[in-house]
Amino acid sequence: MARIVIGQYYPAPSVIHRLDARVKLVGTMFFIVTLFIAGTWAGYGVAALALAGVIYLSKVPPMFMFRGLRAMLFILIFTASLNLFLTPGEVVLVEFFFIRVTLEGVSHAGQIALRLIILIVGSTVMTLTTTPIQLTDAIETLLNPFKKLRIPVHEIAMMMTIALRFIPTLMEEVDKIMKAQMARGADFDTGGLIKRAKSLIPLLIPLFVSAFRRADELAQAMDARCYRGDVNRTKMKIMRFAPRDFLASGILIIYGAILIFIGRMG
Amino acid sequence: MTAKIEIENLSHIYDEKTPFARVALDDINFSIQTGEFLGVIGHTGSGKSTFIQHLNGLLKPTSGRILLDGHDIHSDKSLLKSVRQRIGLVFQYPEHQLFESTIYGDVAFGPTNMDLSADEVDARVKDALQLVGLSEDVYEKSPFELSGGQKRRAAIAGVLAMKPEVLILDEPTAGLDPVGKDAILNQIAEMHKVVGNTIILVSHNMEDVSRLADRIVVMAKSKIILSGIPTEVFSQPERLTAVGLAAPPIATLMDLLRKKGLNLPSGIFTIETAADALEGIIG
Amino acid sequence: MRKLACEHFQIRRTPTPTKRSEGGGERGWSIIFHSQNLHFEYVRYNESEENTLALSDVNIHINQGEFVAILGHNGSGKSTLARHLNALLAPTSGTLWVQGMDTEDPNNTWPIRQMAGMVFQNPDNQLVATIVEEDVAFGPENLGVPSAEIRQRVDNALQTVRMSEYAQSSPHQLSGGQKQRIAIAGILAMGPDCIVLDEPTAMLDPSGRQEVMDTILQLNNEKHITVILITHFMEEAVKAKRVIVMDKGAVVMDGIPREIFKQVDKMKDLGLDVPSATGLANVLRKRGIPIQEDVLTDEEFIQSILNHVKEYHDSKN
Repeated sequence: MARIVIGQYYPAPSVIHRLDARVKLVGTMFFIVTLFIAGTWAGYGVAALALAGVIYLSKVPPMFMFRGLRAMLFILIFTASLNLFLTPGEVVLVEFFFIRVTLEGVSHAGQIALRLIILIVGSTVMTLTTTPIQLTDAIETLLNPFKKLRIPVHEIAMMMTIALRFIPTLMEEVDKIMKAQMARGADFDTGGLIKRAKSLIPLLIPLFVSAFRRADELAQAMDARCYRGDVNRTKMKIMRFAPRDFLASGILIIYGAILIFIGRMG
Repeated sequence: MTAKIEIENLSHIYDEKTPFARVALDDINFSIQTGEFLGVIGHTGSGKSTFIQHLNGLLKPTSGRILLDGHDIHSDKSLLKSVRQRIGLVFQYPEHQLFESTIYGDVAFGPTNMDLSADEVDARVKDALQLVGLSEDVYEKSPFELSGGQKRRAAIAGVLAMKPEVLILDEPTAGLDPVGKDAILNQIAEMHKVVGNTIILVSHNMEDVSRLADRIVVMAKSKIILSGIPTEVFSQPERLTAVGLAAPPIATLMDLLRKKGLNLPSGIFTIETAADALEGIIG
Repeated sequence: MRKLACEHFQIRRTPTPTKRSEGGGERGWSIIFHSQNLHFEYVRYNESEENTLALSDVNIHINQGEFVAILGHNGSGKSTLARHLNALLAPTSGTLWVQGMDTEDPNNTWPIRQMAGMVFQNPDNQLVATIVEEDVAFGPENLGVPSAEIRQRVDNALQTVRMSEYAQSSPHQLSGGQKQRIAIAGILAMGPDCIVLDEPTAMLDPSGRQEVMDTILQLNNEKHITVILITHFMEEAVKAKRVIVMDKGAVVMDGIPREIFKQVDKMKDLGLDVPSATGLANVLRKRGIPIQEDVLTDEEFIQSILNHVKEYHDSKN
């Protein structure tokens, strides 16, 4: 089924796609942090420009970048309006009953909205150009030092991989069970909250039974393939920094320095 | 015979207007007669699953109409519930949908959703379980205590208890061993004889279908490419092999013998009839 | 235990059979599986509290390079036997040796599983990773094979099952037959001597079954890997070099396909099919037409019929 797309990976032959997932992950986090340092219009301008550059290099159609925004639209408008109406200031633009819009409010709301948009689009760029498995691998390697603290890093990564592997399978299963119960007169769409919750039982029980059966069979298959946790395990793909990864890291640092400089100036 | 279900210019496109758009049904025109036993054959991806899910309104046509007793099933939204109950659909591996703690309770799910009286529900559950050959001692058993074949029959009973006028079975023998397979097919044939309902059997196994169906529809690449009585369909082995299907093994064997010059009548696809015909020539 | 798998890799390159042999020692490496009075009971917790005897007194010898089909209806014990062959289950009593290694000894568990890989029935529930090549790499990664060698093994395994072009695909985009071929590649990458397949085609459509059967035959013919195929499809068993029929946990028939399938009535009693040509020949013989009884294929049947027709006409003239 093509309908089920995990994550939102968009395959394209770009330099951003080829970057080491660790660089992209740490880079995205770094980028988000800089957004909070850059508290001025100039700062946001530089960040937006940098982001636009990355989007251009990624060869992903820009419309995909803004899809993520749709889901966040409510939060975006909510946060922006809070700031719009609740920021105290001297220059009052509109006054209506208890509502008071100030020039500072408008400016503040605009900055907040811009920051959120850049933040969301920025993380979307990462998920669009990195496969879930690359991300999992990146998380596993980045967390490796924590193994010394007896944190089961390998197991966590393995669980994430298996979850990613089975999401589409279970989604298909949900579709199938729903249709089968609808064929027996089940109704998932009407009625009050309690009735709807109750109507989910014929869906959830077979789904759990199937998930447990799958888990059991998968455990057996993993056993048969000599899986025994992180004991003496190797990896086919070893993450290695290529020159472009060093270059990208360098650019990120320069970008960070510029933002801090602008922040100080403003 | 009158037409029970008429399918007019039915097309279905998954994920229309997205880059993933895929045509699953392409302008299908067909009618299913009251009381007939229809076999639907096709490969995975031929469109047969999409086709049957349209018949009881689980999927909505991208274009075209489906008429049940002359009425468009999508003409009124409130009609759909009764359509799903009049056209019962048993999915592949139906035992995976059992959810109640007892077999009796699970079979009662369908009729209970129809707002019938308690007595009527009880009578229907018992009838349905009897039709699939499950005796009273399984009523209070949990689905987990039954064998694979028994679970499958209980799940079929769950649909039968709604007393559908048309029963659609999608690969009812998948994953069963020869004994379990024969048991289910015989039960279906028996039921058709007793109840006289319209049955649509979907399968990729020619042998199963040829044994039971009055008429066969062959689907490939989102279209119906062949239809007719089994003899007609199996007399065109080249068209079947071209879409990755094969006539029943005995039909193929008879065809090879004919090519070697043996004068055998057409329409042979069971061991018994083949033995009769061969005995007539050389016995 | 920790380094066992890696050491095992070196050991296997220069096998020293006499040292480890107990069960199959006298015949050296040619015997791959050998069991003596193998019994297995499933402990059940239902009201009757009766344990179910799943295997009873199974004695088998399987040689290196054989292609053995194990036939039987559901509940005949064939899957339980398969799970013994790579130490997923241990016998209740009796002994099973895999290349001379006792499956009950925990030290042998990982070498046995590496050597006798297993493919299961449900293609969805045995693939671990979200990318095909990562999944194939899973086994060798568990064995501690060096990265560069894993890469090579994965590429070779995918090539063998003709799935190289899908290396970067995600398993849920593949058909059932393709998924099973990936599962087979995942076992191949572990460098096994034997593959045990537990009803690998039961959930597939005819073309998927064909793909998997072609792959299995190729492994046996070209790579000389021992194949144990558990199935209830007689069309598949016919292609094996040897058929073992199980019923009620015991081995009831063992021989070449031709000898097994000609016993049509016995097979039917056991709830099993025979090839239609064999079945038809059997019915004709019962009606007094003396055609060859051990025909397996359509071609053999036709030849036999034509011979008979010729004799019939000759006698008439």
